[in-house]
Amino acid sequence: MLLIRNGRVLDPATKTDATLDILIEGERISRVGPELDARDAEFFDARGLIVAPGFIDLHCHLREPGGEMSETIETGTQSAARGGFTAVCCMPNTQPVNDNASVTRSIVERAAASGAVRVWPIGAASMGSKGEALAEISAMKAAGIVAVSDDGKPVATARLMRQVMDYCTPLGLPVIDHCEDPSLFAGGVMREGPNSLKLGLQGIPAASESICVGRDIEMALLTGARLHIAHMSTAGSLAYVRAAKRNKLRVTCEVTPHHFTLTDEDVRYDTHYKMNPPLASRADRDALIAGLADGSIDAIATDHAPHHPASKDVEFDRAPFGVVGFETALALGLTELVDSGKLSLARLVELFTTGPARVLGLERKIAAGEPADLTIFSTEHTWTYRTADSPSKSRNSPFDGRSFRGAPMAAVVAGKIVYRR
Amino acid sequence: MLQRLSHLLGTENLTREQIAFILDQAKPFQEFQRHPLKKLATLRGKTVAIAFFESSTRTRISFTTAASRLGADTMALQAESSSLKKGESLIDTVRTLEAMRPDGIVIRHASSGAPEFVAQRLEIPVLNAGDGTHEHPTQALLDALTIRDRKGKLEGWNVTILGDILHSRVARSNIHVLSKFGVKITLCGPAMWVPRELEKLAPGIRTVHCIEEGLRGADVVMVLRVQTERIHEPALAPDEYISQFQLTPARLKLAQPEALVLHPGPIVRGLEIDSAVADGPQSGVLEQVTNGLAIRMALLYHLIGGAAADAPHPAKDRTNASD
Repeated sequence: MLLIRNGRVLDPATKTDATLDILIEGERISRVGPELDARDAEFFDARGLIVAPGFIDLHCHLREPGGEMSETIETGTQSAARGGFTAVCCMPNTQPVNDNASVTRSIVERAAASGAVRVWPIGAASMGSKGEALAEISAMKAAGIVAVSDDGKPVATARLMRQVMDYCTPLGLPVIDHCEDPSLFAGGVMREGPNSLKLGLQGIPAASESICVGRDIEMALLTGARLHIAHMSTAGSLAYVRAAKRNKLRVTCEVTPHHFTLTDEDVRYDTHYKMNPPLASRADRDALIAGLADGSIDAIATDHAPHHPASKDVEFDRAPFGVVGFETALALGLTELVDSGKLSLARLVELFTTGPARVLGLERKIAAGEPADLTIFSTEHTWTYRTADSPSKSRNSPFDGRSFRGAPMAAVVAGKIVYRR
Repeated sequence: MLQRLSHLLGTENLTREQIAFILDQAKPFQEFQRHPLKKLATLRGKTVAIAFFESSTRTRISFTTAASRLGADTMALQAESSSLKKGESLIDTVRTLEAMRPDGIVIRHASSGAPEFVAQRLEIPVLNAGDGTHEHPTQALLDALTIRDRKGKLEGWNVTILGDILHSRVARSNIHVLSKFGVKITLCGPAMWVPRELEKLAPGIRTVHCIEEGLRGADVVMVLRVQTERIHEPALAPDEYISQFQLTPARLKLAQPEALVLHPGPIVRGLEIDSAVADGPQSGVLEQVTNGLAIRMALLYHLIGGAAADAPHPAKDRTNASD
């Protein structure tokens, strides 16, 4: 038994915001109420802290199998726990690609054996994510995938997207797309704009993303499928998503902490500023923040993309895309969105909890009988992020050395404290 | 007080005073090229690594000759013969070169930012000899010297840069130099190679997509080579480029009567420029080449020689000449 006492319980699902105790028995919550009494229980003093439903990350790369030099399920989930996440969805672009049930099962088994938090795999939409034949989606569903995606690249054609959507709809799986137009992307390494012109780095126009978002929404209209736009980064894409939501399509989207924090003006010859989609313009960034505030954007997702240090210690245009993100996600949300007055604390919690849960068709709440997954955090704790201290195998963050107010203090998964600051 | 340079990575962050100082320091080296004995002892015992990760003839020879005329030894690395072909990373390659204890490194690389990447990781001065589509600072400095010589000053002219600006490191470096001297810069070429947002690079820039409009009233016309090897976009048919953007004697008449014509080379005669213009009296093309030596000698002398800004100039002190 674990008794979490005197925390400010903030649960968007039940609209709770009160100082309460939570009693956990086994893997589930058994009671929620004021001043609970449980003599045999282990205590966690949450006075002055926020207790929220367990954070869910819809988008990460754990690199196992095949990329263990950069990350493993063990090290990645330890990093996720430090970031306050209790469940993470790992993208299928491993080696081999997670496009069949045996790969899915191996991920699920490795996660059960060595994962610090829950790991929910996302299966490939097409075999090898090559954009030709459909992957073994039903078999992967039985093995535990929660969605499909060819992340790392877009589902190759509108025709294939239509088939994937048709096939996934009766299975109840959302289709997640990494939206970009390859002909506009064309060897680009950062967002096209004044800074790409100055740095002489090949630019990617914003339309590269939104043109594909538009395509996917057309396909969602045609098929009625659940579509989720991954790491959305532009105002143009957001406009398409807003229109789709107004038309009652089942379209959702996520935004990463680096996209609501940084802009293309921050890019310099430092490969920790190279990610895909690239950092967007200030106008795009501001539009994303407005979308996070007004509910047009459903979730914050990290797109945690570890690359071992040697692979990033190269010329800018030769470096792989991506940054790590678990450990700074909440702190960036608190500083950039809540402290700046753009979002309420309750809305930020929603973007990490009920928002991503709904994308997956799940419910998450703090109530008796529910799985005991909780994220406990402080809005006051000051700390400095140092990549050298991370359990992740990679160090590729633009936020190394940045000081924050607000931090994850503990993560509880299935009734067990898996991380405590 | 003049801020001392530790590297030459680009012209963007040079001050007007630093640029003027480099041009002034190059003047005696310009004279020096006419001496019968072209060797100084100023950098005797120093070694300059010349690391070209991208093919080049003129810039490589110019730097090598500049180092040699200052008395330095050079060690050359060329992409074709380098271990890069065997998969060695840039950082490992330059660290290997550094372990041979050169006193400075000149680097050309196809990746924008590669010299800055190297400068952050090595202890020795780094000179950028052209990086991707970012900068080519010695080219812009030698262009500035040529303009100053021919026109008497840099300030206040109308300079038109003609061609594929988007992919040109020469254009970027020239924009940063010239804008600091109040030059009014016209960027002119096919619209997809001259995006309007280039106007935000520095003060005093306008973009124009019609050559007649771009040339009108120009005091200096810089013609760029059409860089077929660096273009991601669908190509423009050569005949279309020639008919719309080639600098011909007739078009040059739209510029000021004494307008100076520059070209960083290598020239593709009959494509971006008509031979009659390239070889004509208004052309400064061969002076540019000679001035390149003077500029590079001045930079190597200051970055590697480590002389104080007010030290006696080596090319003026003939007792310094090597025997």
